[in-house]
Amino acid sequence: MNLWHKIRGLILPLLAVGGLAIWPVITGNASNRETAFTILKAVALASSLNILLGYTGYVSFGHIVFYGFGGYVGFYLLTAQGYSLWIALLAGGLASGILAFLLGKAVLRLRGAYFALSTIGINEAMKAFMNNFDLFGGPTGITLHFSIYKEYGGVTEALQTAFYIIVALSLIAVTLSYFVRTSKFGLGLLAIRENEDAAEVMGVFAPNYKTWAYVLSAIIPGIIGVLFFFKNGNVEPHDAFPLHASIELLVMVMLGGQGTVLGPILGAFAYQGMRGYLVTSDFFKDIQLSVSGALLLIIVLFIPAGAIGWLRQRSPLLRRVLA
Amino acid sequence: MQQISLLLASLPDGILLGFVYGLAAMGMTLIWGVMNVINLSHGPIIALGMFSTFFIVTKLGINPYIGLIPVAIIGLLLGILIYVVAVHRIINAPHLSSLLATFSVNMIIIGLGTAALTTSPYNVDFSMGSIQIGSFTLLGTRLAATIVAILFTGGLYLFLYRTRPGKFIRAVANNRSAAELMGIPSTRVLALSFGLGTMLAAVSGALIATFFPFSILSGGGYELKSFVIVVLGGLGNPIGALAGGLILGILEGIIPAFFETSWVPVFEFGLFVVILLVRPSGIFGAKK
Repeated sequence: MNLWHKIRGLILPLLAVGGLAIWPVITGNASNRETAFTILKAVALASSLNILLGYTGYVSFGHIVFYGFGGYVGFYLLTAQGYSLWIALLAGGLASGILAFLLGKAVLRLRGAYFALSTIGINEAMKAFMNNFDLFGGPTGITLHFSIYKEYGGVTEALQTAFYIIVALSLIAVTLSYFVRTSKFGLGLLAIRENEDAAEVMGVFAPNYKTWAYVLSAIIPGIIGVLFFFKNGNVEPHDAFPLHASIELLVMVMLGGQGTVLGPILGAFAYQGMRGYLVTSDFFKDIQLSVSGALLLIIVLFIPAGAIGWLRQRSPLLRRVLA
Repeated sequence: MQQISLLLASLPDGILLGFVYGLAAMGMTLIWGVMNVINLSHGPIIALGMFSTFFIVTKLGINPYIGLIPVAIIGLLLGILIYVVAVHRIINAPHLSSLLATFSVNMIIIGLGTAALTTSPYNVDFSMGSIQIGSFTLLGTRLAATIVAILFTGGLYLFLYRTRPGKFIRAVANNRSAAELMGIPSTRVLALSFGLGTMLAAVSGALIATFFPFSILSGGGYELKSFVIVVLGGLGNPIGALAGGLILGILEGIIPAFFETSWVPVFEFGLFVVILLVRPSGIFGAKK
């Protein structure tokens, strides 16, 4: 009973992610697999961001910097140093974690809008630096030699492996997000979100809590970066640090409900699904960005708690079922 | 020696550009100072300013500096509209709400702009010759833009310190509840301040269009520059923004003499983060 109590909120999120992972396996369709890959990537990134944004209440506008930085480091090891994909993935995650730790020690002292601005600055500084960093190929970036795919059984097999890895990563991200939320550590983060000074008075050592939240939210994006660029075959500064992708992640978290486990998953499904529909529809394809913007505005103005947050406010029963 | 001649060639340009950057940043810092909102629709509005110059000069054949008057009026009205639609409801909400609300305005403008104008570059064919002072060469359009930027700064200063609505704006920036208790219509004042902020962005865009090619997306780069300048000069300090703009312009003039031009953003954003960490109130102090 006690165990059930502990994990019952995790079931719905895992079912949602698992269902999406099984869908392309059952249909056996490569284009479905690519769609599922994009959504799972969004789920994992948004769930990671949620640890910092939703639980701790720090708005990171440049979270994609960890995706790009980890991706660059791992991709460099993979192509130039000839390490295997597994080591590259771990190295990418580790590099992003260390970067987050060092940055966190500095920028997490800032609050509110100052923190948000500094994350934009970090992302842009990193992008500009990679543009000039010759070891990582400067503005043209690094390109993967196709023979590397042979080690993983050819291009088709490699893409299939990449899909299984992203499934695992999104399950890990969701589980991590859930256990952070239900742990004492997570309770400390929520206290910081509500009132940082009061939390410190109550014995939450905010600088450490915030730094570890930042590190936890950076590791999985770093791994995903390596995976995505491996799948893509090349990495360049412009693709690695897209500021708008950071903001899309914020939109997903807001859409589904910040500070909930299920919210970012739902948000990623809804956002990617909507974008897929708008880009392909005849009527909306030219103004899809405007339509997304208008929807975002409506959500921010009228349902600031997001879909899951809104449902949780409705009834105690839903509060118990939806984590 | 070669570096010094390069420096002499690029520094005056940098200083002149700095004034125009400062003008754009002033719009952002004014909005921050009055209502604690970081306006993420700043970039697209700069881009809209650029396109208004394009249409005024190439389609209507009017001098771009006379065209600034309608650009300013439209910018003001657009800003008031954005405030009423997107900002007013979330003015007291946490930062994330106002950031995302203004960003959604950004997406709407960029989306419509891309559909109507595509993302390919445009260019305004307008020249005012150049002036030679000693070994310096100053382009006429940049000199004129600097003069306009200084005039607008002076105008803003006079407006804020010498007129009644300007004093209202300063009172609301200082303490909104106290201002409301004194009978100041705070909603109207906030809408006016947002309008003034976007007006400055649109005018600076209109000025930039006279010497650089542009597309609907190029506002983003100037928005990032505005962030740097605003933080350099102190969030919410309009005069500091002009000084911050000058510093950025000078940096852009100096760095290319010693490093490759592509290093400029590394220094700019590095400086930005360092200033935020070491002195978040900026070199000249945030709003009091």
